[in-house]
Amino acid sequence: MATRLLIAEDEPSILESLVFILGREGYSIATARDGREALECLKTHGAPGLLILDVMLPAVSGFEVLKAVRTEPELEAVPVLMLTAKGQARDRQMAEQMGANAFIAKPFSNQDVVQAVRRLAAP
Amino acid sequence: MTPAIEFALVAALAYAALLFALAWWVDRRSRQDGGLPWLRTALVYTLSISIYCTSWTFYGAVGSAARGGLEFATIYLGPTLMFVGWWLLLRKLVRIGRLHHITSIADLISSRFGKSEALGALVTVIAVAAATPYIALQLKAVTTSYQVITGASLESVDFRAGFWVAVGMAAFTILFGTRSLDVNERHHGVVAAIALEALVKLCALVAVGVFVVFALFDGPGDLFAHAPPGFLHAEEVFGPRWITLIFLSAAAVICLPRQFQVVVVENENERHLATASWLFPAYLFLMSVFTLPIAIAGLTLMPAGADPDMFVLTLPLVAEKEALALLAFLGGFSSATSMIIVASIALSTMVSNHIVAPLALRLSRNRTRTSGDVRRLLLTTRRIAIATLILLGFLYFRVSAQSGALAAIGLIAFVGVAQVLPSLIGGLFWPQANARGAVWGLTAGFVIWMYALGLPSLEDGGPLGADILAEGPFGLAVLRPQALFGLDGLDPLVHATFWSLTINTVLFVIGSLTREPRPLEWVQARQFVDVFRGGAAIGPDSGRPRFHRTATSEELYILAQRILGAAPAHELFDTFARRQGLAQGLPLPTQELVEDLERRLAGSVGAASARAMMAQVAGGEEVSIDELVSIADETARIMRYSQALERKSTELETTARQLREANEQLREIDRQKDDFLGQVSHEIRTPMTAIRSFSEILRSSDDLESAQARRFVAIIHDESLRLTRLLDVILDMRVVEKGEIPINLEPLDPDAVLDHALQTCEGLRGTAPVTVTQGARAGTARVAADPDRLRQVFINLLSNAVRHTDKDAILIRVESRIEAGAYEAVISDNGPGVPEADRERVFSLFSATWTRAGEKGAGLGLAISRGIMRRMGGDLMLDVGAPREEGARFRVTLALTADDPPP
Repeated sequence: MATRLLIAEDEPSILESLVFILGREGYSIATARDGREALECLKTHGAPGLLILDVMLPAVSGFEVLKAVRTEPELEAVPVLMLTAKGQARDRQMAEQMGANAFIAKPFSNQDVVQAVRRLAAP
Repeated sequence: MTPAIEFALVAALAYAALLFALAWWVDRRSRQDGGLPWLRTALVYTLSISIYCTSWTFYGAVGSAARGGLEFATIYLGPTLMFVGWWLLLRKLVRIGRLHHITSIADLISSRFGKSEALGALVTVIAVAAATPYIALQLKAVTTSYQVITGASLESVDFRAGFWVAVGMAAFTILFGTRSLDVNERHHGVVAAIALEALVKLCALVAVGVFVVFALFDGPGDLFAHAPPGFLHAEEVFGPRWITLIFLSAAAVICLPRQFQVVVVENENERHLATASWLFPAYLFLMSVFTLPIAIAGLTLMPAGADPDMFVLTLPLVAEKEALALLAFLGGFSSATSMIIVASIALSTMVSNHIVAPLALRLSRNRTRTSGDVRRLLLTTRRIAIATLILLGFLYFRVSAQSGALAAIGLIAFVGVAQVLPSLIGGLFWPQANARGAVWGLTAGFVIWMYALGLPSLEDGGPLGADILAEGPFGLAVLRPQALFGLDGLDPLVHATFWSLTINTVLFVIGSLTREPRPLEWVQARQFVDVFRGGAAIGPDSGRPRFHRTATSEELYILAQRILGAAPAHELFDTFARRQGLAQGLPLPTQELVEDLERRLAGSVGAASARAMMAQVAGGEEVSIDELVSIADETARIMRYSQALERKSTELETTARQLREANEQLREIDRQKDDFLGQVSHEIRTPMTAIRSFSEILRSSDDLESAQARRFVAIIHDESLRLTRLLDVILDMRVVEKGEIPINLEPLDPDAVLDHALQTCEGLRGTAPVTVTQGARAGTARVAADPDRLRQVFINLLSNAVRHTDKDAILIRVESRIEAGAYEAVISDNGPGVPEADRERVFSLFSATWTRAGEKGAGLGLAISRGIMRRMGGDLMLDVGAPREEGARFRVTLALTADDPPP
């Protein structure tokens, strides 16, 4: 069975492109439009093979979701890839401190995203 | 005779021994660490004030009631009124007394009127003249009561008891009242003794009263039923004599030297006065409540001709209650002795400071300054003065033993000391009052008092013969002592009080008005009258005329040693030397040292003598008006300078605060700028991400379905449009910032524009269903505006309302109206509203506070909208009055144009 990814991204066009390029790699993909939806999805479907988190999510921000994941024993080991459009060093530092496994600034190259995802979770 | 009565002498001696022992023990203990805290309480202060109740009150009040009904009450009403109603006067007296180290009432008058030696001496003479018969009165009371209790005949006076009491009291007072020259150093032993005596006399009188009412009679009802007809003399209540007596006793409670001593000089804490203002009247009430019952009982039960002044003692004796009689005797004894002790201390201070010290200074002026120890001289003077005063009292008692009721002598003394009242009140409240007025008034009052009241009290008119009373001096009827200036038919006491105080006051005023105050008088006047205002601020010594030549330190030190004693002088000079940073030797003779020394000297020898002594060492003290004016000028200059400094420092503070605020604002703007750039970066990167990602997909994939490829291209197209719009917004912002926004005004109906905006927004979707409710509308209004810009503003407000509301159902309310010549549209929502602190910030360009993470839009809308509205002559406001629960309420206003459409 294909490795399951959860992508939390509020921007529909970006979400669509992510779903397309990673679906093409053979991953099974669930999506969430904001932080709250992402947390609910994690609760109902358990740990995914990888979590892709946008930093600026509505309702519950990406960092808050990351914090919740890292303090939950069942989810602790889930690899997390963070995306941000702010591109500031502060966000990158914070993501590393909070236990994100990779960090990619927008706009990203598809190749970078695919490589990072592959490194963190084989399809 | 019963054993208890034989015991009277022993009891009196034992009681006296107890007083000595108590005073000795307290004196010793109070010098140890911590002292005796209870001595410094308001209760002890109040008890010491109760020396007002002498044996005259203890025995005489009943006699007065037996003879004159309710009249006795005046003696209690006066002080009560003074303590309750004139509390502020007492507070002023106490404050001045503490600030200026006042040693006696003579010192107060002297100090107030330019430290006049003459006034000090004058008040002292009046006080001694008034007090000597008063002391005699006490000795007589003790003697009579001793004779009564031992059952001796009253036909002849046995002077032995009076003599030994006089000797004992003189010894006590010398022992415990003259330990220190500094009068402000409290006489703890004495205070403890008179506090005990105050309790003894109160207990004794109450015990006799209770015995009379409840043992001799069946309670008050039964007792008053036995009152002789007309006993109360109710018709005299508040007649001229009543008013006079109330006035005199009110004056006495501050003007009597002994009262001044305990109320002002011995006061340690101004707050004690507040307690005394009710506790002392309460004490007086207890002392007086049984007076009438005892008088009635005496008149009813005692044989006719019995001395009513002794009812307090004879009633228990007749009832064969020897123990009670003994207690009453000790109560009377206490009343008498406590008066003698305090009066002789107060008077001896006055005599030594205002008569002997000035004389000694005059005499020593021609000799070397260092010779003799003034300190020892003054202490010795005080001791001799005490003995002399008490002896004088005893002699007076011997001479006049057979004449006059007790109360009469007491009242004569009251009128005498009341002569000080005009100068005292005038001095405290009238800055213009000066020494000339005080001398004139006091002298005239004193003479009239002696003539109209003192002379008639002597048997057969004393040395001037009896004729003078009936016919006046040299046959001049208009000068008859008891009918001066033809004022006949008045009660002698009322007559003498009226004339002495009237003429006293008139001369005081005339004297004060006919001469300008001298410099020192002027300075003292300001400090006394304004003691609660300028006095405290200026301090008792600053601005005081200075001496011409500053004394050397050696001279000052010698002077200090002579008056204060070796050890305190050493200590004082050591303190100053240390303060000046000198390791050894004498301090420099600074103005501060001179002033401090003078103040300390004043506490020992009075203000006038202290001044004179300092003048002797420091050279001539005459200060001209010119000099005073120059001092005043200097003071004014310093004050102006300090005010200028104060202004400067206020300005500096303001500037510093403004700088801090500006800095804070800059920092805030910087932070907002960072936030804004972060926001803009996000807004630009988001569409760019989609564009890049899809273009990479299109470039690298050969196997895309054409529908899919078209969709990706469409997304890229949409996102690039989005980028363009964003660029427009940012450019708009720049334009608004520079005021270059193009605005094309045209006449229009704003409600129509609002409707158009609502239609545009129909497709708006939030996180929840949106309901727009229409409130009242303005109808047709006419304004000049740019329709596109106005619509932009409305759309901005409506979309904000949707974006910022996080409820399950978004409710937007739109209404408009004409208000005060302007069109007004209000758009409100049911969201969280705008926090109070952000009310203005939401309109600022860089504000990102009101946009939350993930929200679209750069937070520029409100700033741009407001700029647009203002350019069109209207405004955009956030309703301050809206409570937070109601969400945000934005108000758009536009001025109406005239009816004629513009060309």
